[in-house]
Amino acid sequence: MSNDNGYLVEVKDLKEHFPVRTGFFEKTMLKAVDGVSFQIKPGETLGLVGESGCGKTTVGRTLLHLYKPTGGQILFEGEEVTENNINEYRKKMQMVFQDPYSSLNPRMIVEDIIGEPLDVHKLYSSKGERREKILGLMETVGLNAEHATRYAHEFSGGQRQRIGIARALAVNPKFIVCDEPVSALDVSIQAQVINMFEDLQKKLGMAYLFIAHDLLIVKHISDRIAVMYLGRIVEIGDADEVYHSPKHPYTVSLLSAVPIPDPKTAKERQRIILSGDVPSPMNLPSGCAFRTRCPYATEKCAAECPSLTDRGDGHMVACWNK
Amino acid sequence: MSVEENKMPKRSPFSAQIDLAKFELATEEEKRQQDVMSESTTFLKDGMRRLRKNPLAMGSIVVLVLILLLIIIAPRVVPYTYSGIITVDGVRDKSAKNLAPFTYSKLEQKYIDEGGEVFPHILGTDEMCRDYFMRVIYGTRVSLFVGLFASVLVLIIGVLYGSISGYAGGRVDMFMMRVVDIIYSLPDLLMVILLSVVLSQVITFQPGSLMAKLGSNMVSLFIVFGLLYWVGMARLVRGQILSIKENEYVLAAQSIGAKSGRIIKRHILPNCISVIIISTALQIPSAIFTESFLSFVGLGVQAPMPSLGSLANSARDGLQSYPYKLVFPAVMICLIVLAFNLLGDGLRDAFDPKLKD
Repeated sequence: MSNDNGYLVEVKDLKEHFPVRTGFFEKTMLKAVDGVSFQIKPGETLGLVGESGCGKTTVGRTLLHLYKPTGGQILFEGEEVTENNINEYRKKMQMVFQDPYSSLNPRMIVEDIIGEPLDVHKLYSSKGERREKILGLMETVGLNAEHATRYAHEFSGGQRQRIGIARALAVNPKFIVCDEPVSALDVSIQAQVINMFEDLQKKLGMAYLFIAHDLLIVKHISDRIAVMYLGRIVEIGDADEVYHSPKHPYTVSLLSAVPIPDPKTAKERQRIILSGDVPSPMNLPSGCAFRTRCPYATEKCAAECPSLTDRGDGHMVACWNK
Repeated sequence: MSVEENKMPKRSPFSAQIDLAKFELATEEEKRQQDVMSESTTFLKDGMRRLRKNPLAMGSIVVLVLILLLIIIAPRVVPYTYSGIITVDGVRDKSAKNLAPFTYSKLEQKYIDEGGEVFPHILGTDEMCRDYFMRVIYGTRVSLFVGLFASVLVLIIGVLYGSISGYAGGRVDMFMMRVVDIIYSLPDLLMVILLSVVLSQVITFQPGSLMAKLGSNMVSLFIVFGLLYWVGMARLVRGQILSIKENEYVLAAQSIGAKSGRIIKRHILPNCISVIIISTALQIPSAIFTESFLSFVGLGVQAPMPSLGSLANSARDGLQSYPYKLVFPAVMICLIVLAFNLLGDGLRDAFDPKLKD
């Protein structure tokens, strides 16, 4: 099963460009994801952070072939996932969605929502087995058996997210893309759901790609963190490394924006406020995409795009400034 | 109770504390009610509950059921047919022309005087000595049948076309919608007239069959409905599907590995069913109205089969002498169309999720 380098998921130079109509006959490419590479080991959690519109969600969806990749490779257990064999991998890779309100069909009862993957892949031999499996899944995510015949609109946001997680778990996946699974929930519920993600990982040994824009949550749950800016990864490394000694100026400014619960420390901290807006992904600046807002930008940044280079211990940074 | 009351702390004067004596302890049953969630309601149950609260919609359902019962039961009770001249004791009664409601002709009066029994002419007779009540009943039958059949036709074609176009999206959608635009621009009445002229030459029906009784005009009307009137439904369904497609549960179904057919059937169509029900309910009266109009201008059902429109048309000739003959079919059309429209409105209020919040 295992391949030479031991990675579960390997993404090489993934690109996803969307054509956008700008005039009657003109089309511009929106480069949502432009050359992203990362690896995830079995049982590991990679956190993916970045501000809205930087392509985090697109990375997750392209990974599962919900969008057809424009370029690049996706390897699962060393084998390439393509349009043709994707159905095989639908049982191994699953997704938990961001919005617990729109990710569950309002006309289906919980039992059928969770049972749909079982139906599609025909993973049971009798009605009784199906029901047993569904009830088992519901117990795993902390739902009562009596909830099985209810509709999604009868549940709270946290419960709905649990239903979504149970649906993803139904096929026993080895890898789950969590697309901002807690950003639509209350803070108190966020903690519950995050802890459940951790417990499930301990119990079932899945790997996560955990997409979020809240750095604290990502730091809490991730083994490694990748920071995205405008369709590219600018920094990737160990969670503690990235959090405590960020190298890329964008990561530094992101971290300085994380709220600190202690007002004294918060006052002493220096906040780095970036000037200007995020450039449009349809019209990226030359060279490094961050140079228009970077306080350390030089002429080299405008001329050439930096690639990820190792700064020791697998901490990769895409920046010309050492 | 009194023992428990004594346990409660006394409210000190001037304090802002709520007077605890005013509270009552919850009974065991009330506590149990807290544990149980409210009864699960399905989309259909919820909608029906709201529909039952709407007096106009319920009234129109009652009216429609009464009309339905009338057109089913009346032909079994009343001994006259819609096409036959009234006979008295086996003899054709040529004198029973243009009788007023509940009156008898000379021949019939003579027969009654001799001790025979004659079923009353509830709405009188027409100028061909036929029982007018039966003609109105059969006219209603034809109109309702045409309305329902045409709406089902529109429903099937429109939903199929619209859901394919909306789900496929992109170029397919663009092409399919341009076809719809072209059809939308055709004048439908002109098409009915042209088709009925052509079809009456081309098609011959087996004598005695239902289609032959309705005549080529009706068949061409159905064909026109099937060819032209579905575009409104197709547009509506496509629009719904375009918006439903963006929901994450469709993406979730894709990530599970569900095929397109399953996604349309299980996830998309059930979510636009309310729009489909409502517009079908509103399509029926419009089809009935179109049929009545065409029959009125002489392009409807073939004589002697009556329809409400053709009855109104023939009543126009004797309007000065027998104005009530126009009133009966006209009232019937109004009742049916009004009832269906009010029912459609009621369904929309009850099932449209946008009005819910």
